[in-house]
Amino acid sequence: MEEILKVEGLSKTFTLSRKQQKIERTTAKRKVAVDNLTFSAVRGEIFGLLGPNGAGKTTTLRMLSTLIKPDGGDAELDGCSVVRQPEQVRGKIGFLTSELKLEDFFTPNYLFDFFSQLHGVDPNTTAERKERMFKRFGIDKFAEVKVANLSTGMKQKLSLVISLVHDPEVIIFDEPTNGLDVLTARTVTDYLQELRGEGKTIILSTHIFSLVERLCDRVGIIIDGRLVACGALSDVCNGLTIEDRFFELYKEVKGGEE
Amino acid sequence: MKSNTWTIIKKEFARFFGDRQLLFTTVIMPGLLIYIIYSLMGTGIQSMITKGADEVVMLRVENMPESMAPLFGAMDSSLVVVQQPVTEADIAQLEDKEINAVLVRFPERFDEVVIGKSEEMGDALPNVEIYYNSTNNAASRVYMAVSTILGNYGRTFTVNVPQEEGQRFDQATDDSIGAMIWSKILPMLIIMMLFSGVMAIAPSSIAGEKERGTIATLLVTPMKRNELALGKIISLSGIALLSGISSFIGIALSLPKMIAIEGASDAASMLGFHYTTSDYVALLLVILASVLIMASAVSLLSALAKDVKNAGTMVTPFMLVVMLAGLLPMFQDGASTDLAVYFIPFYNSIEVMTAVFSHELDWTPVVVTMASDVVYTCIAVWVLTRMFNSEKVMFSK
Repeated sequence: MEEILKVEGLSKTFTLSRKQQKIERTTAKRKVAVDNLTFSAVRGEIFGLLGPNGAGKTTTLRMLSTLIKPDGGDAELDGCSVVRQPEQVRGKIGFLTSELKLEDFFTPNYLFDFFSQLHGVDPNTTAERKERMFKRFGIDKFAEVKVANLSTGMKQKLSLVISLVHDPEVIIFDEPTNGLDVLTARTVTDYLQELRGEGKTIILSTHIFSLVERLCDRVGIIIDGRLVACGALSDVCNGLTIEDRFFELYKEVKGGEE
Repeated sequence: MKSNTWTIIKKEFARFFGDRQLLFTTVIMPGLLIYIIYSLMGTGIQSMITKGADEVVMLRVENMPESMAPLFGAMDSSLVVVQQPVTEADIAQLEDKEINAVLVRFPERFDEVVIGKSEEMGDALPNVEIYYNSTNNAASRVYMAVSTILGNYGRTFTVNVPQEEGQRFDQATDDSIGAMIWSKILPMLIIMMLFSGVMAIAPSSIAGEKERGTIATLLVTPMKRNELALGKIISLSGIALLSGISSFIGIALSLPKMIAIEGASDAASMLGFHYTTSDYVALLLVILASVLIMASAVSLLSALAKDVKNAGTMVTPFMLVVMLAGLLPMFQDGASTDLAVYFIPFYNSIEVMTAVFSHELDWTPVVVTMASDVVYTCIAVWVLTRMFNSEKVMFSK
């Protein structure tokens, strides 16, 4: 199996402002968000990063998508380094997170064309892809409606579609079903499975156990910035449910503290 | 131009021209408001000046001296000169606006007293009492005229009063007087208008994108950060230029009304607004350079800001400094001849504009200004690129 993503010793430390120190209830001036993370993903699989809030999942995905730079280590995505070749990496990935927003003023039609141009997709392919994806997600009826006037679910679907305008090989999703209604969440998870069927690699972060069980081929459990378990779902679970296995590992790391 | 830069420019223009409200408030409203406000002010001032021009005012003179009679008689066709005593009742009527008059009370034997002043009065001067109501424009004009006559009479010789038609003592031409006025007013107005245009859109375009989370969506595309920076600065400059042009048209159309003098048929000629094609080309070039440098500076500050409100707070002190620089031509005599001045951003544009409006255009400072502003813009693009690359700047909370 071809490894499309190789993460080696990825680390990130943030300097805390006084305000952040108050919020975190700490006197430490620095916080290790991701600590020496090493894992890989193969082509055509869904890899899940499972962990509680603040564990470092989002920071890891933001480093993989080149939005932020690692302090240490590197990740190679389809042969390109996130540290040395960020522009090439961005051309190979589709990144979706709730922090990425679309401008309310524009229509889905305009935004699809705009982001296709930025990704260097030719106009014919853009037109064909837009028609297919808009139809698949029911956006075609709202193609000329401004984003501001779309429902929350439709906005999420549009964000998903926009992140895939260039048909990327690797799709990075931060909490893909967060804040979605059940119907939209189902549409998204079904589509992720479809993408896997097309040979795409999906890296997702979540704290929802059922989502990992339903979607992921392999999983990495991340607690306090460290990867405490990684492998095929059955190997990591070791006969337990993913939820029970997670809490077992959590107690080991935290020493019984919950 | 790189295609992604062009894509960003097109998107910024689509955003701007597609938003009717933004288009109206940024491009149409400044010019329209300036035109309306300046025109109303001009009309108001003109109305104050001309109000009562046709009114008949009575000039009642008590103890009219012989020497004064012909001077008062030749003053104004709408003036009725009456030789009558001035009573306290007349003064009370003036206060109550019951009569439209100016009352002058000379001392008895005024001429004799003035001529023989040194013997009869020593150093004391004869007192002439003038009563009028200043809320009446026509009466105020007559009062001014009487005061002038008395003032001139008080001197033993005349100063700078033309004796023959066409004779003048001030050797400045109308054109050079107009140029001097324009060179002191217009650079500041143009800089203000251009800056207002930049201020209206730049904070929303960069700090607003940070605030709304849409900048991150752009940053995960393979587009180079310098393409994004260049696209933002060029599009903002273009939009600010439109806003500046709108304001300039508003000023150009309303200034003649603002400064028009009664009876002037050709306002432009009256104001000495005579500039050559070279002057206009230089002005256009320096305006282009100005918007580039303004858009660059405001973009940098906006990128540092957390949100639009914060950007406004950061840009305001900077705007005040630029406005103050715009005031400097008022305190200097023409444009600077020191070439080093033309390397100072913002101030160089003001100096070149001063030179253009003073009819002192020299292309060397224009070229230095253009070149230095382009270099500063390139530096700003480089810094903005670094800022777009900096997670601390882009994602600071």
